[in-house]
Amino acid sequence: MSEARSSTPFDPTLPVRVDDAGPDSGVETGRPGRGRRRPSAAMIIGASLVLLVFALALVSFIWTPYDPSTIDPAARLQAGSLEHPLGTDRFGRDTLTWIMYGARITLLVGIVAVGIALLIGTPVGIIAALFAQHRWGMWIGAVIMRANDILLAFPALLLAIIFAAAFAPGTGPAMVAVGIAAIPGFARVARSGTMQVLSSEYVRAARASNRSTAAIAVVHVLPNIAGMVIVQASVAFAISVLAEAGLSFLGLGTQPPVPSWGRMLQESQQFLSTHPELALWPGLCIALAVLGFNLLGDGLRDRFDPKMEARGHG
Amino acid sequence: MLAYLLSRAAQFVVALVVASVVVFLLMSFLPGNAAQVALGTNATPEAVAALEAQYGLDEPPLIRYLQWVAGMLGGDFGTSYVTGAPITPVIIASVQVTAILVVCSIVVAVLIAVPLGTFAALEQRNWIGVTISALSQVGIAVPNFLAAIILVMIFSLQLGWFPSQGWMASIEGVGGFLARLVLPVVSLALVQAAILTRYVRSAVLDVMREDYIRTARAKGLTRTRALFVHGLRNAAIPVITVAGVQLATLLVGAVIIEQVFVIPGVGSELVRAVANRDLVTVQGIVMVLVMLVLIINFIVDLLYPIVDPRIRSAA
Repeated sequence: MSEARSSTPFDPTLPVRVDDAGPDSGVETGRPGRGRRRPSAAMIIGASLVLLVFALALVSFIWTPYDPSTIDPAARLQAGSLEHPLGTDRFGRDTLTWIMYGARITLLVGIVAVGIALLIGTPVGIIAALFAQHRWGMWIGAVIMRANDILLAFPALLLAIIFAAAFAPGTGPAMVAVGIAAIPGFARVARSGTMQVLSSEYVRAARASNRSTAAIAVVHVLPNIAGMVIVQASVAFAISVLAEAGLSFLGLGTQPPVPSWGRMLQESQQFLSTHPELALWPGLCIALAVLGFNLLGDGLRDRFDPKMEARGHG
Repeated sequence: MLAYLLSRAAQFVVALVVASVVVFLLMSFLPGNAAQVALGTNATPEAVAALEAQYGLDEPPLIRYLQWVAGMLGGDFGTSYVTGAPITPVIIASVQVTAILVVCSIVVAVLIAVPLGTFAALEQRNWIGVTISALSQVGIAVPNFLAAIILVMIFSLQLGWFPSQGWMASIEGVGGFLARLVLPVVSLALVQAAILTRYVRSAVLDVMREDYIRTARAKGLTRTRALFVHGLRNAAIPVITVAGVQLATLLVGAVIIEQVFVIPGVGSELVRAVANRDLVTVQGIVMVLVMLVLIINFIVDLLYPIVDPRIRSAA
């Protein structure tokens, strides 16, 4: 989430891989077998959770049990029943419907934020690495990475609060702020990956046969760092889910009447002693979504990038 | 060594200056100026102009930036256009509260994570190690405010051990202070401990594969003893980095936790200022938070050569 740390021998933006091959795989941590192509249990769980969130959101466009704005005073604060599988809130609104609509906002914020970070951060990282190759361009690469470090001093949530203060609180500023805060992570990953690719035999061969720098970047660098960028996207998605939930919880993210998990959780606080299930469902959804993207990222890292974790510095 | 210190100090100062420019620009060149925002949309142009003149908002941006920075260097963060009161006392009072929360949380997180992570690394092949790893993965996915809500449900509403919200200064009563501190600190610490446990485990695993551990084992030391005598210091470097990062994360995490527990810290002031459209206060608090993040990074940078002689000699 932060800081001037490119110079350190360790990069905390990249979560450490847990030994998620499972106890019986016999795979040593950090040294997955070369031929291993079977997805790990963790990755399957992660992918399933992510699919579940997407399914909730997509189905909500076609069908939900109720309309999210339907207020039914007679059915307020009900426990789970056949009519309302997950119960109702203080206005008699159906919780399942709200959970499904909430998935939309969660994914929307994640997709837009990760999209912004990926489309800006990846080229920035590649360019910084390319400049670092030349004696005359080294300082440009260094300046880019320093700027990156300073941006890291603004954690996603803080940047989003600044945006909420400057513009108005809402989903739009939240998405942009979370996206900007996630740029350094992508730049870091793209830069270290590009450095590796540039030092390879085939790039030297391409250079020798007079391929232009731009062509090398597109033909050789991009495909080779794509895996690591996808891993970073999964991790950044988890962070953006957390940031959106936190912002909406503070009342600075998604505004009423649009349903969001963070605000459901915030509104549930006053009924904690009498209706704890109101907090349970949105809380569970947030945690499972984050868990899903984290596990998926870990699993993908094992596949794409067996040796790159825990040293994102170039 | 001196060169290392100087280069780190220079980087710190540059980062601080750039961050202050970024914060100033973000708060200054946005739709609707601060005076307009403070007075609301119904204000007459004359009233807006009067307020601008009163607070020097009609000066050119560069002058205003320099005045702001000069003020901060002298310990004056400016005057709120909304309340008309100086904001420095507000910031000082709330930073103290947040500092208590954050420092206690990182201490608790380290106390949980270091033994647990080391244990998980030593026992990585049996069910205990695997369970710790799995639990830490789940813990990472739980946002701190959800942890807070669950803790309140159990320890406050069900068991009645701790108050569900509120704050008390330690001079008003140590018992009341501690009772109100426990749940917020644990909510903040648990998630960070889960993250830190993974890093500790991975750092210890890396160290255990080193040649010097094998040498120590060959000399007849047990695995645990070899690790404690030769390994832990080496494993400390990545762990210190992550703990530093987490300290910064906790500062921001505290913003939400203070809302849950109604604690008068920086986060509560920040959220209130945002709600009141009090841009000067927002600008001041954000700058303080960014400054604290940068200071923490700087201190972590300074800790490396102390922990690792190799960095000392390399620099």
